[in-house]
Amino acid sequence: MSGNMNLTLKVWRQKDGKSQGKIVDYQVKGISPDMSFLEMFDVLNEDLIKKGETPISFDHDCREGICGMCSMHINGRPHGPKTGITTCQLHMRSFKDGDTIVVEPWRASAFPVVKDLVVDRSAFDRIIQAGGYISVNTGEAPDANAIPIPKKYADEAFDAATCIGCGACVAACKNASAMLFVSAKVSQLALLPQGDAERKQRVESMVDQMNEEGFGACTNTGACSAECPKEISQVNIARLNREYISAKLTSDNI
Amino acid sequence: MILDSKIPDGPIAEKWGKHKFNLKLVNPANKRKYEIIVVGTGLAGASAAASLAELGYKVKAFCFQDSPRRAHSIAAQGGINAAKNYRNDGDSVYRLFYDTVKGGDYRAREANVYRLAEVSRNIIDQCVAQGVPFAREYGGYLDNRSFGGSQVSRTFYARGQTGQQLLLGAYSALSRQIAEGNVTMFTRSEMLDLVMVDGVAQGIVTRNLVTGAIESHAAHAVLLCTGGYGNVFYLSTNAQGSNVTAAWRAHKKGALFANPCFTQIHPTCIPVSGDHQSKLTLMSESLRNDGRVWVPKNEGDKRSPELIPEEERDYFLERKYPSFGNLVPRDVASRNAKEMCDANKGVGASGLAVYLDFSDSVKRNGEPWVKEKYGNLFDMYAQITGENPYKSPMRIYPAVHYTMGGLWVDYNLMTTIKGLYALGECNFSDHGANRLGASALMQGLADGYFVIPYTVGDYLATIGPKPINASHPAFKQAEEDAKAYVNKLLSINGNQTVTHYHRELGKIIWEYCGMARSSEGLNKAKGMIQSLKADFWSNVKVLGEGEELNQSLEKAGRVADFIELGELMIDDALARNESCGGHFRVEYQTEEGEALRNDDDYAYVAAWEFKGDGQAEQLHKEKLVFENVKLTQRSYK
Ligand SMILES: Cc1cc2nc3c(=O)[nH]c(=O)nc-3n(C[C@H](O)[C@H](O)[C@H](O)COP(=O)(O)OP(=O)(O)OC[C@H]3O[C@@H](n4cnc5c(N)ncnc54)[C@H](O)[C@@H]3O)c2cc1C
Ligand code: SF4
Ligand code: FES
Repeated sequence: MSGNMNLTLKVWRQKDGKSQGKIVDYQVKGISPDMSFLEMFDVLNEDLIKKGETPISFDHDCREGICGMCSMHINGRPHGPKTGITTCQLHMRSFKDGDTIVVEPWRASAFPVVKDLVVDRSAFDRIIQAGGYISVNTGEAPDANAIPIPKKYADEAFDAATCIGCGACVAACKNASAMLFVSAKVSQLALLPQGDAERKQRVESMVDQMNEEGFGACTNTGACSAECPKEISQVNIARLNREYISAKLTSDNI
Repeated sequence: MILDSKIPDGPIAEKWGKHKFNLKLVNPANKRKYEIIVVGTGLAGASAAASLAELGYKVKAFCFQDSPRRAHSIAAQGGINAAKNYRNDGDSVYRLFYDTVKGGDYRAREANVYRLAEVSRNIIDQCVAQGVPFAREYGGYLDNRSFGGSQVSRTFYARGQTGQQLLLGAYSALSRQIAEGNVTMFTRSEMLDLVMVDGVAQGIVTRNLVTGAIESHAAHAVLLCTGGYGNVFYLSTNAQGSNVTAAWRAHKKGALFANPCFTQIHPTCIPVSGDHQSKLTLMSESLRNDGRVWVPKNEGDKRSPELIPEEERDYFLERKYPSFGNLVPRDVASRNAKEMCDANKGVGASGLAVYLDFSDSVKRNGEPWVKEKYGNLFDMYAQITGENPYKSPMRIYPAVHYTMGGLWVDYNLMTTIKGLYALGECNFSDHGANRLGASALMQGLADGYFVIPYTVGDYLATIGPKPINASHPAFKQAEEDAKAYVNKLLSINGNQTVTHYHRELGKIIWEYCGMARSSEGLNKAKGMIQSLKADFWSNVKVLGEGEELNQSLEKAGRVADFIELGELMIDDALARNESCGGHFRVEYQTEEGEALRNDDDYAYVAAWEFKGDGQAEQLHKEKLVFENVKLTQRSYK
């Protein structure tokens, strides 16, 4: 079943990290409204290959909004026009026949372009490595029900833990700040009794690493949270700030 | 070749404990002299890499995504089983063991399954300690739900994102070890070959997916944790990159591949909407706890669901299986849905769907209650279909979801190649011919956290900490082979895309080796796959170069391997002249249309040995001995 939407795409093409990139225009025809945005790209890429032109590289894997791999900046918005979803969950029924769609990679100096729409987000991994964990070795754990956790805190921790590490918050922010991402992990672990022992050190190390990676400062514009596909709340940023200040005030790292 | 499963002696409940005691230990001071390669950082790989690094081994871990956090395990929704018996509802290690062996239609190894049930309890403890936010009740204690194939509530969950939370837990443990320098992580790296020296696994060759560089890595042991091969069907619930390449290349180097035709078709997926479709979306089977499955009683009834009165609806699972109802195992639920559609009772535009209806549950418990439990699944359904599932019933249809088959491993998780291990979905070990819901997450983490740290130590202690490096000519040879392979794919320059071949392969396997299989169909499919393979190697078009990020090239290698695997699946399905679990041969069914096993002739693991390109593979049989569970016709009535 093919559809009847015809679109003009303006897509960022860049051979590799060292080359200059530019926007290239493509026409796609016969798009069905039931297709996902990435399936529309599949159609375009199949056409390009048949014509002997290099297909467009883009990151994706699960195609159901959970792995955090897809990352397209669509018409000026990370993950496109709809809120609360990732690029792979966006369907063509959100567009009209004849539309022109501009597609670019995440833009942030901490996320250098690798090729076309693919960027390097390893900075996020390094932030987690700086302290986004609870130091417990396999085998050390007490019985799972030994420490009851009030449902309210468990639920709030869960809400923060749903971050998929996609980087849309950074892409949405005019300062390219990673505060929402960092605050989500800090909050999750701060809300749980298991995370208490390393609480101070964690927030300090993660924030330091964030700064080292070249992410910008947070000026509370709220763009991150508005564009976050998992709707991670700005409340987490406030919590991070509290955690950070109280850690600094009583810091052992002076 | 004699397959030695190395199952320890003694009563089932004492085997693992005794075995652990008998395994050799590596002197703590020597541990850092050993290098271990872990390919894959899903639940199995991340948990193994972290646990081994904690013990002091030097670990190198690999994944093809840009971060270990993105492994396909992230997508698991429904939950993870554990025999905690927090509900006091009669669960026990023995019951979980029993349910799993029975659910697998008596084609799994008893000893492995018992161990799995035993360590399941430690997994939940470990995850909670890592900060995994499992669902809790108001008292602050952990909540449970029930899943298909069991009558107790033993499934722990984190809303509909259990896999995500468990993986992020394992990823955090892995991240800590990376920070401490005990694990070196290679992202955007794909294993292309296994390197063997004197018949023993000694390392791997990878392709750096950004630069295209072919690289060698040496180690004392290699662990494959590379997930399942469901994408052989083209359309499946797996992530786009999920592949069989690592396992298949190891198979071609001598690792036996077990039960390849045992694949699981999951009953609750969103139906196909058109031929543009690139993947299918699963909705957790936990939905079957509160949703009711039905079709119209009358053939060809195309009225919209709210216009079909109660007495004209057939709640076929509740009718046919009164004691398990909507919670029958997956293979049974899927086959029944297919039967209804084959009988022209399917719903929706394509007729290839049945209803999953929450209206009773909404009436009984209210919409907020349903939202709290299943909100994200309902949202996902609405996003994909454009329909509101709170108002009208969802339409569901079975889709490929999981592969029980995989590399053959012994009780220690070692393959038939010394020093090569397989963990998680990549091995065949615990689920027989059908996996119970919420048991894959359990198995991946059991293998990685609680089994491999013991068993690999025994092997390492045996071989000793002799220094190891990639200077042996076998590495050079494997690199040359990998480069030649890449160049071959790039040089064909035919006129069909890789996706074309993948789609064609998927159609063949789904049609002839999917929910129902027959000897006639399978024989036909074998010929079709052989011609597809020949066409691929003369007519595929892969653009670009080897020394760059080249996603078509990555995909081409994966599809080439799927085509070969597809042929082996067909052989395996043909050789198994019985029906069991997900393997339903139409020639072998009971009068009521249930799978008819043949325990006298087929109570074995089929393990296939690669004999060279274009040669028939050789079948080896590991006889399954059941000392604890009595083999019966599975009944969920
Ligand atoms: C939609 C969905 C929902 C599910 N829900 C549940 C559930 O509720 N409960 C349950 O128990 N199970 C569930 N399952 C099954 C379960 O998620 C998987 O079986 C399990 O997560 C597999 O884990 P794994 O670690 O073996 O492999 P994966 O998580 O698939 O990881 C594979 C790893 O291998 C790497 N890799 C693969 N090939 C290569 C290569 N050639 N070179 C380098 N690296 C490679 C990948 O990068 C990745 O890191 C679900 C599955 C699906 C598809
Ligand atoms: S906070 Fe939201 S936008 Fe940022 S990485 Fe996490 S999920 Fe993506
Ligand atoms: S592809 Fe996984 S979130 Fe989009």
